[in-house]
Amino acid sequence: MLTFTFRRLLLAIPTLVLISLIIFLLLDLAPGDPLADQPLSIPPEVRQKMRDALGLDSPAYVRYLLWAKQFFWVEPLVFIDWVTGTSFSEGMQRIVSWQFRAPVFDIIIQRLPQTLWVVGLAYLVGVLIALPIGIISAYRQYSWFDQVGTFISMIGFSVPPFFSGVLMIVFFAIMLPWFPSIYDTTLVVDDFESFGQQIRQMTLPVMVLALQTTAQLSRFMRASMLDNLNHDYVRTARAKGMTEKVVLLVHVLRNSMIPVVTVIALGIPSIFGGAIITEQIFKVNGLGQLLITAIYANDLPMVQTLAFIFAVLIVLCNLIADVLYGLLDPRIRYD
Amino acid sequence: MPDTAMPILDVKGLKTVFRTRGGEVHAVNSVDFDLRPGELLGVVGESGSGKSVTMMSLLRLLPSPPAEMRDGTVMFDGQDLLKISPEELRKVRGSKIGFIFQDPMTSLNPVYTIGFQLAEPLRAHMGLSKAQARSRSIELLQLVGIPDAERRLKDYPHQFSGGMRQRVMIAIALACDPQVLIADEPTTALDVTIQAQIIELVKELRHKLGMAIIWITHDLGVIAGIADRVMVMYAGQVVEEGPVGEIFRDPQHPYTQALLKTVPAVRGPRAERLQVIEGQPPIMYEAPVACSFRNRCQFAFDRCSQANPALTGISAPGHRAACFLLDKASTPEPEAANG
Repeated sequence: MLTFTFRRLLLAIPTLVLISLIIFLLLDLAPGDPLADQPLSIPPEVRQKMRDALGLDSPAYVRYLLWAKQFFWVEPLVFIDWVTGTSFSEGMQRIVSWQFRAPVFDIIIQRLPQTLWVVGLAYLVGVLIALPIGIISAYRQYSWFDQVGTFISMIGFSVPPFFSGVLMIVFFAIMLPWFPSIYDTTLVVDDFESFGQQIRQMTLPVMVLALQTTAQLSRFMRASMLDNLNHDYVRTARAKGMTEKVVLLVHVLRNSMIPVVTVIALGIPSIFGGAIITEQIFKVNGLGQLLITAIYANDLPMVQTLAFIFAVLIVLCNLIADVLYGLLDPRIRYD
Repeated sequence: MPDTAMPILDVKGLKTVFRTRGGEVHAVNSVDFDLRPGELLGVVGESGSGKSVTMMSLLRLLPSPPAEMRDGTVMFDGQDLLKISPEELRKVRGSKIGFIFQDPMTSLNPVYTIGFQLAEPLRAHMGLSKAQARSRSIELLQLVGIPDAERRLKDYPHQFSGGMRQRVMIAIALACDPQVLIADEPTTALDVTIQAQIIELVKELRHKLGMAIIWITHDLGVIAGIADRVMVMYAGQVVEEGPVGEIFRDPQHPYTQALLKTVPAVRGPRAERLQVIEGQPPIMYEAPVACSFRNRCQFAFDRCSQANPALTGISAPGHRAACFLLDKASTPEPEAANG
């Protein structure tokens, strides 16, 4: 398993290099001028100087290699310096956002907590609710519990977050003023009261996002459980005199988790992608919102870097899913 | 086997019905039989004749819904297995009655080791510690003839061949020294040489451990070799039962006679084409009111479609069959039979 993981990590390198190149070329081909936002009153020669300063007129391969050097060499050094207090990266040019005129990674680090808190927690809550619902729905197929679960899943599937989010605000922020409708990023959690406030402001976006995750995952879990409940080994376990709890949670569950774990792992990158729409509705300035504004502003370094980080996460989570798959199912061998 | 021994398993009037969308299917219709200590009872019949469903009904192993045990008693160890609570039933399953299933490729859980699956009943029923269960598991694997037992406990089902998996299934069924072993076509999914090995193994274990066995099969050759008594089933009913020698020498029910004619002879000249029983067993959408075999029976006459024959005794002790031909008074003249 370790050799497999190592080999897959090595194989990921050329994959990611290719992905970064494709992202770069796509962005390069896309129409748009980073200086289009600047006032028309800027004289052409000044405009040209700005272009030169940003390196916009140098050949594509130079720009790509420069970005690659900054991403793969300079930024890791900055990270090492930040952790250990050394100064390897002194005087080196970092990836700078044209929009914020600050290093891209500094801005990502600022935005990451909001996204992790809201979208990450929503995912966790969604998974933790979905699994038991799926298990019980399958075991008590067509019971009232299953029917209610099916109905709620249908709603979760079919109602988009831009609708359910607004609905939540109308119900739980306006008609019943229990929760704030806007996420306050400046809130500093340092005591019990501010912690409670943080929980309250997270509740609505987390609920909206968790509904989606729960709907999809519980259906998936239910189908997987149902599939396994009909297998012969379940009858064997019962014939051995095992309790229903053991039959269900030891024998059937582990088999049913095999496909579900893959789905859960593959969903993790979407957390970091942020929930673009939900973040907009609740004014959470997370990574999703950052990406959108960067695209509008033609902030190519930011878009390139964010898109590439998502690509890295997707490749990594695929690897994690494969490893988990092998751990859960002894029939899968990777050597 | 002396007839006087108290049966350890006594089934009376067992009725199992499946509720399906197309209506009810009467899979088991008033089946009576008993099993005496140390006896090997062979159960034969075509696919769909209710053999497996009958045996699974005994331990309530059929998924319910759609299955429903509508009537009958299954007396075992002084209690009715159809009436006792699920907890009490669990104490019987895997402990006093062991079960072997048809397909060893799917009957073991693919994601747990053999050691784990073997230790489960030992720990649940006999209250053994981990170490005790382990040493008993090794003993059991050796008993069923798996070489290198200690190392193989760590292996998963997919690392075993079909025959070896069936040996593991037998080890699991025998784990808690059951009084009764129910083997549901244990050799059907195996190739012929492995079949012979498994049959030899069960014969040997039976003498070593002295349990009673119910062996379901549609292979009459197997039955002739190992059974003490035979029960022939058709359309969820017992149509004939008796000592194995009697059944093979003097079959009474036309269905049993026809079954015996479908077996090719290994020795002697190839006299004639192998006979077949035309048609298929009926799907019972209602409880039988007439003989279920009449449409495929070459001796059928009026009475066969008017009433359902009951099991009646024949001269040989313990030999019974359910056919109106045995009732001499109603039997028509030979020329009336539509041969």
